[in-house]
Amino acid sequence: MKTKFAVILGMAAMVVAAACGGGQPEPVVPAIDSTAIRDSIARAEARRRAYEDSVARARAETERLARERAEAERLAAAMTAEVRTMLGTMVNFDYDKSAIRMGPDTDVLQRKLSLLQANPEVMLEIVGHCDERGSDEYNMALGMRRATASKKWLTDRGIADGRITVRSMGEEQPMNPASNEDAWAQNRRDEFRVTAGGDRLVKPAGM
Amino acid sequence: MMPRRVFPLLVLCLAPATTLVAQDPVEQGVRIGITYTPGLRPGMMVLGGPQSAALDSVRAILRRDLEYSDRFEMITLPTGDSVVLGISAVSGLGSGPTAEQTLFVNYSLHAALGADHTVAVLPSAEAGTVAVVAYDVRGETERLRSRLVLTDPADERFRMAVHRVADEVVRAATGQLGIAATRLLLVSQGRLYRVDADGAGLTQVSPPGVTTFSPAWDPTGRRAVYAELRGGWGTLYVHDFDVGRRTVVRPTAEELDIAAAFAPDGQTLVFSRVAESGTDIYRYNLARDCCLERLTVGRLSDNLSPTFSPDGRQIAFVSTRAGGQQIYVMSVDGTGQELFAPFDYGVTGNSNAPEWSADGTQLAFHRDVAGSPQVFLMDTRSRTVRQLTSYGRNEDPTWAPDGRHLAFVSSRTGRRQVWIIDIETGRVRQLTTVGDARLPAWSPRIQQ
Repeated sequence: MKTKFAVILGMAAMVVAAACGGGQPEPVVPAIDSTAIRDSIARAEARRRAYEDSVARARAETERLARERAEAERLAAAMTAEVRTMLGTMVNFDYDKSAIRMGPDTDVLQRKLSLLQANPEVMLEIVGHCDERGSDEYNMALGMRRATASKKWLTDRGIADGRITVRSMGEEQPMNPASNEDAWAQNRRDEFRVTAGGDRLVKPAGM
Repeated sequence: MMPRRVFPLLVLCLAPATTLVAQDPVEQGVRIGITYTPGLRPGMMVLGGPQSAALDSVRAILRRDLEYSDRFEMITLPTGDSVVLGISAVSGLGSGPTAEQTLFVNYSLHAALGADHTVAVLPSAEAGTVAVVAYDVRGETERLRSRLVLTDPADERFRMAVHRVADEVVRAATGQLGIAATRLLLVSQGRLYRVDADGAGLTQVSPPGVTTFSPAWDPTGRRAVYAELRGGWGTLYVHDFDVGRRTVVRPTAEELDIAAAFAPDGQTLVFSRVAESGTDIYRYNLARDCCLERLTVGRLSDNLSPTFSPDGRQIAFVSTRAGGQQIYVMSVDGTGQELFAPFDYGVTGNSNAPEWSADGTQLAFHRDVAGSPQVFLMDTRSRTVRQLTSYGRNEDPTWAPDGRHLAFVSSRTGRRQVWIIDIETGRVRQLTTVGDARLPAWSPRIQQ
């Protein structure tokens, strides 16, 4: 009785085994050449590394270029600011005079001349100012003559007339509101402002 | 100058003699005045009298206007006695609706106090009004009776109405109209202000945030022209005080135009255009809004600050054609330009800011003397020049319509303020106390 039960169990197991894929052929196991495998892995690895390196190099190059561009940008901006400052340097005058004084003031104008030549897009506005001592209305006229004097100095040396406009504020906008010789000397001035073409300014060579 | 004081006499009249302070020899029955000088200006007394806030404010404004006319020796009564004198002066007053017309004036007492003219401010029969009465003490007659409608004493129209009465009192007493009903324009820290000639009622005229320059009145005193400065431009605007609005003078919108002046007919403007080619004087027909015309051709010299002669035929102006700034004159069409105020080149200082007096006989301007501007006057017929001021910096003179008062900018107290001088007596008073006042322009009599 016990043996008969075991035979039935064994047959059932065989049926199950047959139903589950029995009958497939045995897989063919190739002959193992371990050297070839290692070489192929190494080549793949090398290719991957080469690729990654090229990506890293490209990225570094891009970053370097960006840095260089930023640096160039920074330098250009700094130069623009510097040139703008130089173009904005004031010229001062003697009491009740509109003549350009030889010396520091002609040096200032000479620099402006070179900068205007190197930056042909630049348009300039010159505003003449006076100290408080002259007649209030006359000072408007005097301020205009001061602005015109600086303009003429530049246009006489080749700057196109249309690049420079002139204005006057008379004694209405003192730099220094005090009433003494120092304040008056500061207040007798031409102010210069770039009104167009001043986004990127360059210095001429040798400046 | 000390006003004549009559305190001792009042003491004699009203109080025991023990309080008498004998500063002058006292003669029986004659006028006593500590600083009495015969032949000076006529004495003017503003009586006290019935008291109310409105009456007192009218008296105070009248008294100040008469004082500022510089035509009278104001008789100053110590406050308490003034009231006593006023009451005694009106003691003959009856009662009822015609009370003011029966006022008893003790002319001999007023004459004894030094008064040639007396002004009383009395309640009027008509409700809400007061009567201002001016008496001729020597002639023992009433010279003027003027009725004033009482409104809010703080209202500028009320003060202007009192100023007009004060001017009539001056005319009743002297034959010449006073200048109380006038105003001045001035610039302080870029803002344009208007102020009554007595210094009251300071009002900003220009819109907020606007920088103004070189104001001038039209002949009615109801409009003014000024330049607005913006970024190196100067644009002219005409402000109408009646409607409180300004309009741009069209051809001046994108230029540097300043120092405008109205022609006496109020139709035409002249002004200075500051340009690269020089500063020149232009004329524009404001009434027809056309016909811009250039009157001077500077060729790099400056021509500016025009002022019309009162007949409208000539324009005085400043020119630098000979070097420094000097006063020139031309016909209104720009012809016949010649030096006006004589100078010795290299000796005479720069001369600026000319203004013709309303009667045409004088030109005021300022001229540099030893580095400081001083106010000068020129007789326009003989072209003789005399210096009016000497202390501190004194500049930008402007005439009152009476031809004897000038406002000007002076730094005599350290900061620039507008002062007023009476060229007949030399009396000077400070008009403004605002910060850094300048560029004054005195109105004609303000038309109603």
